[in-house]
Amino acid sequence: MCMGFISVQNIVKEYSGTKALDNVSISVEAGSIFGLLGPNGAGKTTLIRIINQILAPDSGQILFDGDPVSEAHIGRIGYLPEERGLYKKMKVGEQVVYLAQLKGMSKAVATEKLKAWFRKFEIESWWDRNVEELSKGMQQKVQFIVTVLHEPELLIFDEPFSGFDPINANIIKQEILALKEKGTTIILSTHTMASVEELCDNIALIHKGRKILDGQVFDIKQKYSSNTFEIKCSGWFDLMASTLTHNYQIIEHQKEGDITTVKLKLQSDIPTNDLIRHFTGLGNVIAFNEILPSMNDIFINVVGETNQQTEA
Amino acid sequence: MSIIGPLLIAAIFIVPLWLQKFESKQIKNIAVIDESGILVPTLKSTENVIFTDMGKMTLDEAQKEFSKSGYYAVLFIPKNILNSTAVQIFSNRQPDFGLKQYIAKLIEKDLETLKLLKSNVNPDLLKAVQTPIFVQTIKWTSDGREVEVTMEMKTIIGTVASMLIYIFIFLYGSQVMRGVVEEKVNRIVEIIISSIRPLQLMVGKITGIMLVGLTQFVLWICISFSVIWLAQVTLFPEPAVPTVTNPTATIDSKVMEQVQALGQDDYQYALDIFGSVSNVNWPIMIGSFVFFFICGYLLYAAMFAAVGSAVDSESDTQQFIMPITVPMVISLLMIQVILNNPDGSIAFWLSMIPFTSPIAMMARIPFGVPIWEVVLSSSILIASIIIMAKLAAKIYRTGILMYGKRITYRELVKWIRYR
Repeated sequence: MCMGFISVQNIVKEYSGTKALDNVSISVEAGSIFGLLGPNGAGKTTLIRIINQILAPDSGQILFDGDPVSEAHIGRIGYLPEERGLYKKMKVGEQVVYLAQLKGMSKAVATEKLKAWFRKFEIESWWDRNVEELSKGMQQKVQFIVTVLHEPELLIFDEPFSGFDPINANIIKQEILALKEKGTTIILSTHTMASVEELCDNIALIHKGRKILDGQVFDIKQKYSSNTFEIKCSGWFDLMASTLTHNYQIIEHQKEGDITTVKLKLQSDIPTNDLIRHFTGLGNVIAFNEILPSMNDIFINVVGETNQQTEA
Repeated sequence: MSIIGPLLIAAIFIVPLWLQKFESKQIKNIAVIDESGILVPTLKSTENVIFTDMGKMTLDEAQKEFSKSGYYAVLFIPKNILNSTAVQIFSNRQPDFGLKQYIAKLIEKDLETLKLLKSNVNPDLLKAVQTPIFVQTIKWTSDGREVEVTMEMKTIIGTVASMLIYIFIFLYGSQVMRGVVEEKVNRIVEIIISSIRPLQLMVGKITGIMLVGLTQFVLWICISFSVIWLAQVTLFPEPAVPTVTNPTATIDSKVMEQVQALGQDDYQYALDIFGSVSNVNWPIMIGSFVFFFICGYLLYAAMFAAVGSAVDSESDTQQFIMPITVPMVISLLMIQVILNNPDGSIAFWLSMIPFTSPIAMMARIPFGVPIWEVVLSSSILIASIIIMAKLAAKIYRTGILMYGKRITYRELVKWIRYR
């Protein structure tokens, strides 16, 4: 087994008879973004809490850069919980500096770094405002800063985009990518599959306390691809369709003016060149691309299959 | 609140006294028309009430000139006063009740003396029969000394101390609970416990609020004492002059004060409280107050923290607060019983049960408690704190991350059993 920067080994956690985590192992490469996926109640948050040493596993261990996690690692981890908030009656600047001090930063360094972040987000005027005066989105921004201020080597984001408008969600997304560029290892737990595809290098899918799928996003997509292609072309579509062999199956087609968009499924391992050749003979191909399943589809399929298996 | 609180306490002491003083400063001039002519010589003017003999003036003349004269009232004593029971006070306003009582008492006494003298009673004998009775309580200590016990003062101190400790424990204990609920409702708790252990957070919160409590207590003591002292110096500069000549001069002055305190009016009594404040063994009182506050607070704060962690909002705390408050309220209700018999078995057992001992002990301490009882009670209390803190920490650890679930007692027991 390849040892990652974070190595979760055979974690078991039981709550009064039900297994929240059943022998879960994952490995997170240094400097990568790892997507932790799964339906609600799958055990993601439990796993994240175990990595954060908030909960202790019944068995198994977590290795942080090769060492079993201990209190010494706390300052090297940044955690943005799904259920998050701040002290409402406390001033923003004061509060973030306090939370950074809990992570082991000195007051002076924390203040300096925080000022830099406030300048970056252009929110300097918030420093002396009470948290309760900020909107939910503004508070989320502050919480994001709290998570990354102490420049941890490992960042764990649980639903980081919830509560953000698209513009701010994008800002956060860019920040996460920038952190990755700097070499930070990131674990991202989310239900937003679009962001998983955009950001994650590897994923693990957890369902009912078990890991049911893991690997590189690219590999997984290939594995679940169904040989479906989309062709955009002009010309005599009816003729194209009627002359197709039984190796092809048209799933759907749509005609807009002169241009037809058609989705086809290749039934067996036929080179895609043959398909293109068939179309170019009867018209003009404008676009051709493979339709890979979205992470969303894979998620729904795999979870659905597992549910059927367990019921059977 | 930390400043205003003690000022309020001091105000409770001072304002009534100050008002009384202010009230009594109004000098009342009373014109006396004594048709009998026998009472006027005996009516002695005092600081506040001045009697002026109007001589042969009639009531009609007095009425005509009254508004111009500046007198407060006219006291009319009829000719047949020795056989009658009525005198009259005339005024253009409602004469106050205190004055009426004062005059009635004065005339009653004078008439009594006059009547006795008329029946040829020896004036010396008359003086000798007026015997004020006082009860002196003396305690034999174990080393054979006789210690004078001023029960009244001790009762007052016991009551105040045990009430105060009840208020302090409840005030700061529930503050812990509110803090825990706030952190949970805010959802900041998970951010914090990713940096420090839940136990550290709980202990930190309890310790922090305890220090706030102690600071406030010290402030209360300092401000209350200095304000009361200041009031004593400025408002009542002279110690009260005894007005009753005590025939038994051998009795020491403390008892005298006591007798006066019981016999005289409230004003005198309040002055006496000022006097007695300095007779209390404050180091022992404050020392044990601080000790029992810290211990009682720690015991209850641990429970309050556990309750706070188990609920989702402050309004859900009711069902768990009940069992916490019951022993507190019981000990509060039992204060009177304890004070009536500070060495009785109820007092003893209440000061052994850790949930009631801080309050019970504070009620008993002014009366003196055997050392072994104090040691035993403190040991039980400290042991209970350790056990309670461990249980609370287990509930807290699980509770702060538990949302949206209605927690039952069975659930709490389950949490305690988690590894």
